[in-house]
Amino acid sequence: MPLSMISNGQSVLLTDINWGPKLKKKLQDMGLTPGVEMIVISNDTNGSFILKVRDSRLVLGCSVTQQIMVQSIV
Amino acid sequence: MSKSITIALAGNPNSGKTTLFNAFTGARHSVGNWAGVTVERKEGKIEHNNEQINIVDLPGTYSLSPYSLEEVVARNYIVDESPDVVLNIVDASNIERNLYLSTQLIELGKPVVIALNMMDVAEKKGHKIDCKKLSELLGVPVVPVIAAQKKGIQELLNTILEVAKGKISCTPSDVDYGKEIEVKIKETIEVLKDNIHAHKFNLRWLALKVLEEDEVILKTIKVDLSKLQLQEQIAVTSEIALKDDLGSMIVSRKYTHIAKIISKAIKKPKVAGLSTSDKVDKILINRWLGLPIFAALMYMVFGFTFNIGNIFLDLIDGSFAALGEMVGASLEAAGTAEWLNSLIVDGIISGIGGVLTFVPNIAFLFIALGILEDSGYMARVAFIMDRAMRRVGLSGKAFIPMLMGFGCSVPAVMGTRTLEEESDRLTTILVTPFMSCGARLPIYILFAGVFFPGKEGVVVYSLYMLGILVAVLAALTFKKTLFKGEEVPFIMELPPYRMPTIRGTGLHVWEKVKGYILKAGTVIFAASLIIWFLLGFNLSGVSEMPQSIGASIGKVFAPIFTPLGFGNWQATLALITGLLAKEAVVSSMAVIYGLGETVGSAAVDGDVVGFISTLKTSGFTQLSAYAFMVFTLLYTPCIAVVAVIKRETNSWRWAGFSMVYQFVVAWVVALLVYQVGGLLGF
Repeated sequence: MPLSMISNGQSVLLTDINWGPKLKKKLQDMGLTPGVEMIVISNDTNGSFILKVRDSRLVLGCSVTQQIMVQSIV
Repeated sequence: MSKSITIALAGNPNSGKTTLFNAFTGARHSVGNWAGVTVERKEGKIEHNNEQINIVDLPGTYSLSPYSLEEVVARNYIVDESPDVVLNIVDASNIERNLYLSTQLIELGKPVVIALNMMDVAEKKGHKIDCKKLSELLGVPVVPVIAAQKKGIQELLNTILEVAKGKISCTPSDVDYGKEIEVKIKETIEVLKDNIHAHKFNLRWLALKVLEEDEVILKTIKVDLSKLQLQEQIAVTSEIALKDDLGSMIVSRKYTHIAKIISKAIKKPKVAGLSTSDKVDKILINRWLGLPIFAALMYMVFGFTFNIGNIFLDLIDGSFAALGEMVGASLEAAGTAEWLNSLIVDGIISGIGGVLTFVPNIAFLFIALGILEDSGYMARVAFIMDRAMRRVGLSGKAFIPMLMGFGCSVPAVMGTRTLEEESDRLTTILVTPFMSCGARLPIYILFAGVFFPGKEGVVVYSLYMLGILVAVLAALTFKKTLFKGEEVPFIMELPPYRMPTIRGTGLHVWEKVKGYILKAGTVIFAASLIIWFLLGFNLSGVSEMPQSIGASIGKVFAPIFTPLGFGNWQATLALITGLLAKEAVVSSMAVIYGLGETVGSAAVDGDVVGFISTLKTSGFTQLSAYAFMVFTLLYTPCIAVVAVIKRETNSWRWAGFSMVYQFVVAWVVALLVYQVGGLLGF
């Protein structure tokens, strides 16, 4: 499911990024690689997300969160 | 003395790179541009143990991919210029992501030294970092430092020198990319071995770049991927065995490699729940509270600027008055010509004094903005404003250069370089000068002080807010008309909150204030001289002020401003000089209203801002004074800004356009203020 559907405080695993090479590489460089664990710190506070990933906080706009596929940790 | 040693400073944004650079060089450095591109290049020279060290500050980057200008600049420098040492600053409290760049730098094959910064923050988080182990695992020296407190700097420099001289040998450990990829790397190296363009590169790194299909590298080594025969095999293998494209796999494996190193060298406590920074964010960037808190903070910034700054204002004002009096009296005693006496006292001292009087206000404005920036709050503002900015068609990131515009439009326009999309960048460049810069502050303080006593704070605040509003509306217009474009994805790192240090913020503020004072000594000095001459003479020689050249020029253009409520030649002339620098509006008024009827007859007894009493009776009403402030807020940017717009857009057309359209916008808004205000009975 897309990251945009995940609610606050939930931990998820990244499965895929549906995007062209440029943005995909940019997100990967910032640590969003397949299998990485992310925690949603703030969901839609202002249309964008705050994620905790690899000890840093990333802000992703809503168009980005729709293209990031995740899987919840069971 | 042997030849100097060159080190390149590389690191992530927010890793304390600038702080470390300043810790090395103090404020002594030169700022320029990387050849051919609009990326800032900073360089500094220092001496350590009798060795000359040249430090080149590379752009802050997360990676060395070919997709952004900064990253290409950074890696080209390391490959082409071959610095003696690559100094990589790593944020110890955010080590996993930071080491990603480190592994790339190490792969480039040049000697790397890692400065592990913010050890104190990491310790506070409970992270136990074994530097020796970390150094062993990475195969490069690791030196712990706290750049903000200048701790560990000497040890760091010692290590750098030893590495540069070959006294410490580095044996960097390779990232293990897994069997499939390693086979590919070997095959690619075989193919590349005989490539004549490949000699300056580390072959393993080059092979990785070829496998990642890095366009810039493929072009440099003149290799056509389709002719390499490798591609087919790669494609097949990657689909079957790797399940993902090779590029993604390489990134993943790097992170796996880093995770392994971290698990061996660092002990982290299992954190439950949110960090302090997260808790603060729950409030500061809350969906409902974020904007009101931002508005309140801005109000405090301008209140602080105004109230604290004004305590010092009278003091400085008094000293300039005393100086003027003293100089005037001694010149008179020395029997200098009356005109020279007037030139010095009424022209130079009151012109420059009129501007320097506001140094405390400027300093406090920069202190307040500096604290907000260094604490990490400014990055949050981009987040808070994202929703509003998205309606306009820009991302929240575009708001950061606009905020920088509160200081000075020149760096703000250059700050738009962080925006990826060209149309976004142009829009932001064109609207940024509406954000009220520090040079416009003296005008407000002067006018608000004279015409709105007791309500200065509210008046000044309203102007700043009006500036934001006009900028946002202008951006909306541009995005809907000139620069229709797709929405740019918003991706940004949120740095943790940090306590601003007196040293860090102080250095920042001092540089800005120094710039303001220098400007007073140069541009404002020249403007004051010109104004004095224009006011004292006409074509037939010495004249009464109302018949002077200056007055005539003012009278020609004054009718333009009559509908706005300030169609007098004095205000018009001041506005014209404001095109040189916005402070010149104040210095010119100081000269105009401070001079007597003719040159030399000015009373030397009042204070410099004694022209205030003249200004009061100069025909301005509260309403026209406000319209005047609105006009100065919005009208044509000063020449320095026009020049930087020309440079950044690489076109005189945009520079000319911004001059004209801002004038029109200013005229229309000031007209609305004056006419509607009049109807409402103000």
